[in-house]
Amino acid sequence: MDNNTAVQLPENGATLVKNASKLKIRGVKRSAFALPYLALSILFVIVPLFIMLYYAFTDGATGSATGANFVHFFSRPNIMAVMGKSFLVALLTTVFCFILAYPLALALVSSTLNNKAILVMLFVLPMWINSLLRIYAVKIVLYMLEISNAWVAVTIGMVYDFFPFMLLPLYSVLSGMDKSLIEASQDLGASPLTTLVKVRLPLSLPGIVSGVLMVFMPTVSTFAISDVLGDTSTYMFGNIINQWFANSGGWNIGSAYSLILLLLIAVTVVVANKFGKGQGHAEVGGVL
Amino acid sequence: MANATREKFDNIIEIKNVSKVFDGITAVDNVNLAVKRGEFVTLLGPSGCGKTTLLRMIAGFELPTSGSIFLEKQNVTTVPPHLRPINTVFQKYALFPHLNVFKNIAFGLKLKKIPTGEFDKSGKPVFRKFSKDEIAEKVERVLKLVNLDAYGYRGITGLSGGQQQRVAIARAIVCEPKVLLLDEPLGALDLKMRKEMQIELAVMHKNIGITFIYVTHDQEEALTMSDKVVVMTDGAVQQYGTPKKIYDEPTNAFVADFIGESNILSGVMKKDFLVEFCDTSFKCLDKGFGKDERVDLVIRPEDILLDGKKGMLKGEVVSAVFKGMYYEMEILASDYQFTVQSTVEHKTGETVWLNIEPDGIHIMKKLKTVNEYDGEVTSENTVKFCGGEFEFINAEEFERGDEVRVSVPFDKIELTDDESDGVIGANVTQTLYKGSYYQVQVYTDDDNDFLIDTVDEWDIDDRVGIKIDPKDITVSRRTAEQNDKSGAYDTASAEEGENG
Repeated sequence: MDNNTAVQLPENGATLVKNASKLKIRGVKRSAFALPYLALSILFVIVPLFIMLYYAFTDGATGSATGANFVHFFSRPNIMAVMGKSFLVALLTTVFCFILAYPLALALVSSTLNNKAILVMLFVLPMWINSLLRIYAVKIVLYMLEISNAWVAVTIGMVYDFFPFMLLPLYSVLSGMDKSLIEASQDLGASPLTTLVKVRLPLSLPGIVSGVLMVFMPTVSTFAISDVLGDTSTYMFGNIINQWFANSGGWNIGSAYSLILLLLIAVTVVVANKFGKGQGHAEVGGVL
Repeated sequence: MANATREKFDNIIEIKNVSKVFDGITAVDNVNLAVKRGEFVTLLGPSGCGKTTLLRMIAGFELPTSGSIFLEKQNVTTVPPHLRPINTVFQKYALFPHLNVFKNIAFGLKLKKIPTGEFDKSGKPVFRKFSKDEIAEKVERVLKLVNLDAYGYRGITGLSGGQQQRVAIARAIVCEPKVLLLDEPLGALDLKMRKEMQIELAVMHKNIGITFIYVTHDQEEALTMSDKVVVMTDGAVQQYGTPKKIYDEPTNAFVADFIGESNILSGVMKKDFLVEFCDTSFKCLDKGFGKDERVDLVIRPEDILLDGKKGMLKGEVVSAVFKGMYYEMEILASDYQFTVQSTVEHKTGETVWLNIEPDGIHIMKKLKTVNEYDGEVTSENTVKFCGGEFEFINAEEFERGDEVRVSVPFDKIELTDDESDGVIGANVTQTLYKGSYYQVQVYTDDDNDFLIDTVDEWDIDDRVGIKIDPKDITVSRRTAEQNDKSGAYDTASAEEGENG
């Protein structure tokens, strides 16, 4: 894409938005079309959030306002340790996914094969199958391979499950990259490796950031994978929350735990986006 | 001193028999080219003529299918781009958006290894990298050269097209390459900026003394900036010479049409220094053609002198347009429409006389005088060639399976709008206006070309059908003896065609 048009885009966008507010289609204001979605997000996002807030700050027995549910978390080092463990597993999963996906994405992009889309689809295909089914399949494969260590099993399961979420944004950012930039780098004396480090990696940062978030966020709160593939040693924070909600009286503490996790994830997202925005010129953005 | 002279004039780049085929399509076809040290050479041609592919092979981004490329007598055909002392200014600049102006320019310098002048124990030269201060100094200097002194710490995306262009040039020349390649670097700029940059580039070339190889489709740009121009079409070099030589003495009608405005006519060489066209004989400066050889000739619009009373050719002004410095008039004289530029206006409808001095007529060999193909007789009255079966009149009693030579005059071929109306389909690749008709070149799907003389105007890339009246197809037996005979006949039939 031409840089000039990239610069002009915001202006065009602004005028478009201005016009859009005045536009009517058969007498219906254009913004009216957003109403169903607004209703949907109120019903399924905002209301549940408030319900969670309500439970987190009330006492289960008396129904009166309290901060005890949060104190419950911060006074139990073993639960905080589980949380730390969850973050560690998520981090490991993200790193492994990246290490596996980046070279693959590079290979797919530079592949001379005519139908790259089919190749990419082959890697994404497992996403079409229910994740729980896949995890059970992994369990059988791991059993056949005689991998019995719970930590190894859980990590392999997570990497397998979330790999496509890393691959897709990386592939999209790399395939959208202007090939002449890579040629320019080589032309100026950079070997293919130097070109990778100095040009391709920095320019694919938006894709990396969105890939990392897409993998990291769901893995922090996952519980199904560790349930099926792990044992008590791989008990995750997601499992704990799950347990609290499974008990009828535990909704208040479960909500508090969920809020804490939500907050931590939000912080991660903000930090990651800041990191990615430093390079906010890239022409092909990731998913976020 | 003698050494320096020799160095200045030897060939820095030699391209030998280089061809490039992409998926069965020949982009560059057996090109030979030598570029002298310090020259400004322009590869000029319409889009798709192979000029950019040739440049990319010199840079190392494409491997030639065959042939070799030499840089200072070293074969660099398979050397990867990062090891060639050649830098490129890309068509869309290709500046790194994650780096500022300074870092973009310093990119190549940071990677460059320079000999220290010392040698290690085994006698190999020792290399070092530029220091930070050296890099800063070089970048500052080149920024000054491209008039961007204060822009070092600006981002790339905020710069205008012209400024980005200068950064791209600075980034390439700061590495002090042996050859600088420029791939249509001014294509994305507006006219005024382009003119300014043309002059700046020419001055820069003089000042830094690096060999420039420049690719463009803009003939004016090529003529004003270069020492030498390479005119290319269909992957082949049509002419290589100084701008003046190419303008004044184009080797064929394609070059003449591509370079500047011109009147292209068909004529007959009566004898040395005498050519006939428009039923009139004209003195010219060319010799060495066969007697009565059919030739193409070029007359530049400014070389036709108009007179109200007397002259060589009588004509009528069809239209006159004021162009600022001169009037451009279309004048119809014995069926040819001449384009004439003159500072004196003649009104539409006025009768004028055309005078052409001998040095205003440029004679060129005709590339082809008739369409000829190898074919095979497929039935009593059909012959197959160029992937289609055409009806013909079988006078010589050819039999099925006979291998024959088929010839069709230029003006006996009918092009149809609808491909299915013709026997075979083809793409229009070139059209030349020849005063009273168009000469259209089409390529069939099996890569045979037809030249067609027609009064209809066709556009390049039009998809057309080809139809030929059975009586206009001449079929002869394919033997050495017969080939000679058919050759003689072809010339005759072509002559008939030209007059029609």
